[in-house]
Amino acid sequence: MLDDFLMRATLAGIGVALAAGPLGCFVVWRRMAYFGDATSHAAILGIALSLALSLPVFAGAMAVALIMALIVSGLSGRGIAIDTMLGVLAHSALAFGLVAVSFLQGVRLDLMAYLFGDILAVSRGDLMVIWGGAALVLGLLYWRWSALLTATLGPDLAYACGVNPRREQLVLTVALAVVVAVAIKVVGVLLIAALLIVPAAAARPLSRTPEIMALLAAGFGAASALIGLRLSYLQDTPAGPTIICVAAILFALTNLAGMVMRRRA
Amino acid sequence: MSLIELQDVSVRLGGHQALSHVSLTIAPGEIVTVVGPNGSGKTTLLRCIIGAVEPQSGAVRRQPGLRIGYVPQTLAIDPTLPMTAGRFLGLPHRRPARDITEALIHAGADGLAQRQLSALSGGQFRRVLLARALLERPALLILDEPTTGLDQPGSAAFYRRIEQVRRELGCAVLMVSHELHVVMSASDRVICLNVHVCCNGTPDVVASAPEYRALFGSGTGGALALYRHDHTHSHDDGAASPPHDPPHESGHSHGPDCTHTHTTGAPH
Repeated sequence: MLDDFLMRATLAGIGVALAAGPLGCFVVWRRMAYFGDATSHAAILGIALSLALSLPVFAGAMAVALIMALIVSGLSGRGIAIDTMLGVLAHSALAFGLVAVSFLQGVRLDLMAYLFGDILAVSRGDLMVIWGGAALVLGLLYWRWSALLTATLGPDLAYACGVNPRREQLVLTVALAVVVAVAIKVVGVLLIAALLIVPAAAARPLSRTPEIMALLAAGFGAASALIGLRLSYLQDTPAGPTIICVAAILFALTNLAGMVMRRRA
Repeated sequence: MSLIELQDVSVRLGGHQALSHVSLTIAPGEIVTVVGPNGSGKTTLLRCIIGAVEPQSGAVRRQPGLRIGYVPQTLAIDPTLPMTAGRFLGLPHRRPARDITEALIHAGADGLAQRQLSALSGGQFRRVLLARALLERPALLILDEPTTGLDQPGSAAFYRRIEQVRRELGCAVLMVSHELHVVMSASDRVICLNVHVCCNGTPDVVASAPEYRALFGSGTGGALALYRHDHTHSHDDGAASPPHDPPHESGHSHGPDCTHTHTTGAPH
């Protein structure tokens, strides 16, 4: 069954979405949207470096994404205007990455595949990396769930009950770098942040507790991957952007439904 | 054995001295209030005690295994985070539903378990925060300006609840307050803080200390006026009101040499 490229693509999309949904909830709750951008845009620099040094693309992308995430998370506690700083880092990482890629001589590089994903070219090996990474992220989130939530509510509240918010921030940072690395093949560096945020935002109006929101976000992400891939196959549209379009439509529908329910209540 | 002992603690925050050579202890079961002007390091002191701020010098000693219930001054819940009061009480440790219900009743917030935190009023949210702190079965309850945003009857009722909680759980209470009248009526001990400890003692001693008057104006007049004012009208939930001992006499005034005691009669 894994011989079918469409089946591999579907499994890859669902794998990434299952991890990105719950992690994306934390990105939304902690207002880290730009953080996701900076981290994923840095990955293109990692890709250029790993191609130049003949290293596996996945490892290079993850390493540079992790470094960027650590820098951003280190800066965030120091009272620097974080919004501006993240804007600078996110866009300059992308620019430097694109310039670095252009220096690569003799490598036939399909830049579009990295910017917007190349889900139909997912190999069996890619699939294992994607599901391995997704399982790692979900395991981390499940293990640290209560501590992560407490730290999200407030650092002092966390300290008072023995949870170190900086350690939990590090857990999220590592998880983010892993998701970025495994999602490049599926949606490309430009749309990874969307895969994190849009399903989580779609889940919000229907959720009463953080757990429900995380489960719904994973479900909406997986549904977007399934429907998006099908649509992209039927209409011959780019797969990654189509997945995000479906997620955005789900977001619009659930938020409209939420508004109607509140009006009635 | 004291619950908390600070020895010569100094803290620098963002290039300015937030605390300078602060030493204090908290004994089991006592109510200690920290007063001081804005920027005097009150919140930093509390954050130091819960371990959120590392002192630059000095030592913070906590009794081993000390359970702290912490009620922050504010908690900005992001509107994107769905959270019922009941779920909030189960963080970071899952609690049986029975314990959660009990803690909410204890804190005067019964029936709020299914409500979203974002839908609570200021007073309800305070009581939910208190309920969460009580679930720890704390030996030390720490409250940072617990009545910010509450009106006069609301904050009077809140302090009576604290008093009641102390009686029932036997925990020590450390709080920061701006409300001098409450400090005078509800504390066993007052610490007057202005980066360093200005004075420290029973409320009447502190109130007549020159350092205190330098910070808060002319003698105890202002504080006492507020204090009396607090009890000239009746409270709707008077049943929770603790007995005041001694009863308030009207018309007496505190001079600089005044030595009569004015502590509450709560058993220790």
